Formats: sequence, structure tokens, C-alpha cells
Amino acid sequence: MNVLDTLTPKKTDRPRLAPGDTVRVHTLIVEGDRERVQVFQGTVIRIRSGGVNANFTVRRVASHGVGVERTFLLHSPRIEKVEVMRSSKTRRAQLYYLRDLQGKAARLKERSTVVATEK
Amino acid sequence: MKGLIGRKLGMTQVFTETGEAVPVTVIEAGPCYVTQVRTAENDGYEAVQLGFGPAKKAARLSKAERGHLGLLKSDEKHPERKALPGEVPAVQHLRELRIKADESYTAGQKLTVELFQLGERVDVVGTSKGRGFAGHVKRHHFMGGPRTHGQSDRLRRSGSVGPGTTPGKVHKNKRMAGHMGVERVTTQNLQVVLVDAERNLIGVKGPVPGANGGLVLVTETRKK
Repeated sequence: MNVLDTLTPKKTDRPRLAPGDTVRVHTLIVEGDRERVQVFQGTVIRIRSGGVNANFTVRRVASHGVGVERTFLLHSPRIEKVEVMRSSKTRRAQLYYLRDLQGKAARLKERSTVVATEK
Repeated sequence: MKGLIGRKLGMTQVFTETGEAVPVTVIEAGPCYVTQVRTAENDGYEAVQLGFGPAKKAARLSKAERGHLGLLKSDEKHPERKALPGEVPAVQHLRELRIKADESYTAGQKLTVELFQLGERVDVVGTSKGRGFAGHVKRHHFMGGPRTHGQSDRLRRSGSVGPGTTPGKVHKNKRMAGHMGVERVTTQNLQVVLVDAERNLIGVKGPVPGANGGLVLVTETRKK
């Protein structure tokens, strides 16, 4: 195994994500000396592999129709857990086209066939 | 000046205790062996010569190199061949570091990454990646020409290189296109974020000159 991949422990409890998944990401937020958990729920529009450096981007539409995207490091210790709420049928790996769509048009069809949710 | 010779393995990221991701260049540093101590009486300056990187076979080194490392045995013909105390392997790379007043080294001594501590600041010297014959824009960050307003053929040109009849020549050291890279580059004041004595690894925050697999020199920093 490559030495570079052995330096950071990978999180084994991460679900197998796919583009189009609706996820809830529980992030640890540090405020001064206090820690609290914040949940960010949205659609996975991009997954980048790369071993311990892997990351994924979640898009959600906040109030007033403002799109918010956050990119998370998959193996970051600041992510407490990632829950997959729903999987969708997608025809591409990067769902950037969702940025240009609003409301009903920005929906994705749910995937009926169950793919492996755990690694 | 304390230091180690090493090999750049590549970059990755590690997480701190607070969960922040830190960009890290991982260097396989040492073990290094003191192959010679240069003294003011003998050599006119004080330095320590370090060796790094065992060769696959000792025979891959020239006989002169093996003799220098004390790997040739004395026999009848050569009764007084040099021997280094300790077990110095057939190292491929030698580098010298100046000795500071409060340091002392003996030949044959072994140096490992434990020389450096977490949080310490180091300088890393490497050989930058070769760019071949590079133009002004890449080599000296010239702006190139305008892209619009009827321009053609001058996107990456340099512009004028000097005045006309007086002085009637281009000044020396005018920055022009030419060979770029493959030169000694030092990155100063890098923080040590990882020390693995078992695998001889040292990790510094941020990038380091040179390609992966390139030889680098890790020394204590000049910055204070």
C-alpha cells in the first residue's frame, strides 16, 4: 500500500454515496470552546474520489430560493455521520445542471432498485 | 546545522486533533550516516558529510566511493584502508552541511528523523521540476500581448527588449525565454506536522520543490 494513504485513518462508517442521493450530513461545529452538531441536508451533486482526500458536494435550496452548496471531506473527523435519505436515478456523475433549474424542474426521480448502501 | 537527506514521496492531507485538514508533503528522510567530518585544519572549513540511500548492491558504487565509505577491507597490498566505525551501508548520495559551534559529529554516526520534533520549523532544499525551454510568460511572469483590439500573433510575446541606437545593444541579464527549472530551490520555514520514526517519515506543511521521488535536503530553518 502506498505510504501516503496510510497516514490518515479512513472512516469506515461512511455510507457509499452516489450522485443524486439526498443526504443529511452531521457536522461538528466548533464555537470557541463549545462544540455542537449541525445538520446539512441536500442533494449530492458531485463525488470526488482520492483515497483519504475524497470529498463530495451537497446542494440544498435555502430560503428565498437561494442555492447553497457545501463540500465535505468524506473522511474528516469533523463529520460525525452521513445519512442517506433517498437515492435518485441519474444519468450523469456531476449534477451541475441542477444549478440552473428551480422548483419542480429540479426534482430527481427516485431510484427503485436498491443499491448497496453500506460499504 | 542539523539536517537530513531524504526523498520526496508526495503530498496528501492529514487531520489535526481539532479536525482541520492540513496539506502535507511526506518525505522519507534518513537514516543518514556521517561519512566524513571536515575540519578547519584539514579542509579549511567545518562541515559534516552525510550519506543517504543504500544502493541495491555495494558493487553498484565505484571502488573509490566504496573506499570512501570504508567498505573495502584491508589486505596485504593495501594494509591501511580506511574504516568507518559503525555500520555504514553503501550510500548513493552525499551532501555536506556546515557545522555550527555547538554541534559535534563523529564519522559513522547514524542520524534519523528523531532529529526533528513536531511543530519545529525546517527548510527544505530540492531540485525544481524541469520546464525545458520556457517562454517569457511562464519563466518571468510577463503579461504577454493584448488579446483583443485587432491584435494578432502577439499573445505570448515579450514586447520591446530595450532602447534603440543608444545603447545599441540589449542589456545584460535582460529577462528572456530560456531554460527553466532543474535548479536548486529552497523552501523556508515549513512546519513539521508529522514524524514517523518507524518508517523514517517526516511530514511538512505545504509543498516542497521537485518531483515526487526527488532528492531533498531537510535542515533546521534559517528563519527565526
